[in-house]
Amino acid sequence: MDFINAILVLLNYTIIPALTYGSQLALGAIFVTLIYGILRFANFATGDMMSFGTMFAVLLTYYFQSLGINLGIFPTALITIPLATFMMILYMLSIDKFVFEYYRIKKSPPVQLAMVSVGVMFVTQAIIRIIIGPADRTFLDGEKFILKASEFKEMTGLNEGLTIKSTQAITIVITMIVVSIMFWFLNKTKTGTSMRAYSDNEDLALLSGIDPKKVVLITWVIAGILATIGGILYGLDKSYRPFVYFNNMLPIFAAAIVGGIGNPFGAFLGGYVIAFAEIFLTYAYKKFFTYILPESLEPNSMMQILSTDYKFAVSFSILVIVLLFRPSGIFKGKTL
Amino acid sequence: MRQYLNVITAYLIMFTLIILVGILQSWSLALTILNYCLISAVMTIGANIQWGYAGLINFGIMGYTALGGLAVVLVSVAPVGEAWSVGGLNMMICLGVIIGIVFSIRLTLKKIAKSKKRNYLIAAIIIIGILLLRLISAPAIESIEAVEPAKTGFLGGLGLPVLFSWIAGAFLAGGLAFVVGKVALGLRADYLAIATLLIAEIVVSIIKHEDWLARGVKNVIGLKRPAPYEINLQQSPWFIDLVEKFHSGKLALINSVSEKQEVLNQLVIDASSVYVKLCFTGLFLTVVIILLIFTQKALYSPWGRMMRAIRDNEEAAGAMGKNVVKQHLLIFILGSAIVGIAGAMMVTNDGLFTPGSYRPMRYTFVIWVMVIVGGTGNNFGAILGGFVVWFLWVEAAPIALFFINLFTAHLPETNEIRVHLINSAPYFRFLVIGTALLVIMRFRPQGILPEKIIKN
Repeated sequence: MDFINAILVLLNYTIIPALTYGSQLALGAIFVTLIYGILRFANFATGDMMSFGTMFAVLLTYYFQSLGINLGIFPTALITIPLATFMMILYMLSIDKFVFEYYRIKKSPPVQLAMVSVGVMFVTQAIIRIIIGPADRTFLDGEKFILKASEFKEMTGLNEGLTIKSTQAITIVITMIVVSIMFWFLNKTKTGTSMRAYSDNEDLALLSGIDPKKVVLITWVIAGILATIGGILYGLDKSYRPFVYFNNMLPIFAAAIVGGIGNPFGAFLGGYVIAFAEIFLTYAYKKFFTYILPESLEPNSMMQILSTDYKFAVSFSILVIVLLFRPSGIFKGKTL
Repeated sequence: MRQYLNVITAYLIMFTLIILVGILQSWSLALTILNYCLISAVMTIGANIQWGYAGLINFGIMGYTALGGLAVVLVSVAPVGEAWSVGGLNMMICLGVIIGIVFSIRLTLKKIAKSKKRNYLIAAIIIIGILLLRLISAPAIESIEAVEPAKTGFLGGLGLPVLFSWIAGAFLAGGLAFVVGKVALGLRADYLAIATLLIAEIVVSIIKHEDWLARGVKNVIGLKRPAPYEINLQQSPWFIDLVEKFHSGKLALINSVSEKQEVLNQLVIDASSVYVKLCFTGLFLTVVIILLIFTQKALYSPWGRMMRAIRDNEEAAGAMGKNVVKQHLLIFILGSAIVGIAGAMMVTNDGLFTPGSYRPMRYTFVIWVMVIVGGTGNNFGAILGGFVVWFLWVEAAPIALFFINLFTAHLPETNEIRVHLINSAPYFRFLVIGTALLVIMRFRPQGILPEKIIKN
């Protein structure tokens, strides 16, 4: 019995949250990696672009709520996804048209493009803050829990309850759907193959008649979908606050690089690596050990490896270690 | 003379703008802006020698600034005797353990050939070392933080004059840069940018959460300053006399004695704050000028030519027998040390150390915008960039407010759009800075004052 309780503690406080957080990071990391692989620059506006898409979802949610439209037990934000994604793609394409295209045609070094993306970051932040303001907003409605701790305890008669928030389930399910569609697209369709070819060797791809404009367009479309959905899922699970989204850029970068930048599957796994590391290293295992150890050995400290203050520092340290020992990322394989 | 014409014009415009602020808003504000411009100038000199001279991209400016600020606390605050007596010994042992870890890793790297065994050994040393550190430090940290937590709760500093901390800040930042450079400089440009950005975040999160070191997010206030305090000035007779003399014409117009005294008091209060800021301006200006002389000399020396050669073609420079790795490390340390000085200057100017305020937006990206807008590889340009961008950063909100009021003048006071826009005026600074960066990158990628290469 104690053993099951211990497992439940872990599930409740580490594994499920880590899976959720990891999915959100994974979507962002694939976004970073796609831009890096195809457009060839580190996009420092990542976090703010995600925030931009989410902003529309928040505003539309409020609008739908005022109209009385909702999805019952599901959050209203889900119906806003198509429209928010559309706005996001529109924004990204216009940014690309007015800003990035010039440098791409000029074949500027990646550093210059990265610097330009810093400019885009500033402008995007300004637009977001002017439209919606810097405040913290929650836009989750519908049923909050799929499984409540008290219900679970009643059902099983165990000491520990299992809680599954609806946002956690939604995040994991939607991520799986989006990511599998994306991998199917990249690997099985002709356009996807041409994108991979473009990423592998631009000149050769151009020679074989691949239209670079189309590749770039599709890249931004996929990036827009990933960024918006990733942002909305994060916002539903936690809350929407522009500053937090900017900060999330850092673990997202860490995930993309850990997975081997330019490699979408690596980025997908990298998101979970970062999330699990952050949560496992900062969780206080006291309760877990009180269940599995005999009473005489019970720990009297928190059994925490690092304090939760260092949550971000964990992912950055992993990144630094990876950069030092395996700059190509821990998941070897073909890029894109 | 002709070739310096654009430099002189650019600086003249800048100073006119600051003087305009003095006339239109207030002299105290103008001096505050000027002081911050000077601090930003020091930061941009540091960033510019890394990016402009050597082409190294360092997005970790924030970390070095924070370390410079930490140096002010560690040098100038009086030591907390009680905290030292309860936990000082343990913390000293911890320092010893850290040094031990570093040396044993170095020893292993030297003595044992590259192999799996060596990696495991190093990992074991690090893990055992960290466990040891936690065992020794945990009780000490708890007791240190328990010493009057509302006021101290940290070890305090050395109690030295605050100006020493500027040098200490340079050394701290340089030390960190040495470690980071050893670790990360081999990376490709964009990886280096991300790595330095993240390392800076780690540094700041350590400063934020290690309360025994500098009180963390509880902030250290009331730091010493190298200038007199306003309150003392307002009571010293020589200062009052000076103000009286300065404003004698204005005071002579007032007839009643009591009214005269009141006006004089107000003038003395205003003047004291201006005087203190002028003291800071003098100090900062000295630093900027000294750094400018050194960096200009370095730029046009054989060393500067070598750096440019390395920047423009690393392989060729390497083939000519220049030690690229060593020079990169050196310039990384130098640039970061200068940023460290700026960090210390800033905390000295503010009189308080607030680790929570170190954010990459303000301390990394804005500084980079300064360097790029001003002119990479040109020290005068970088300094000008510091002035221009800081000025925009501060004045963007009032200017935006002015335009919002102008364009929405026909709308009623309570119009929702108008109220919303007025409330979001502060965020126009991001828009202004971002647009400035994008425009400069597009139409004048070399910056306002481009790099000048003197050929003999």
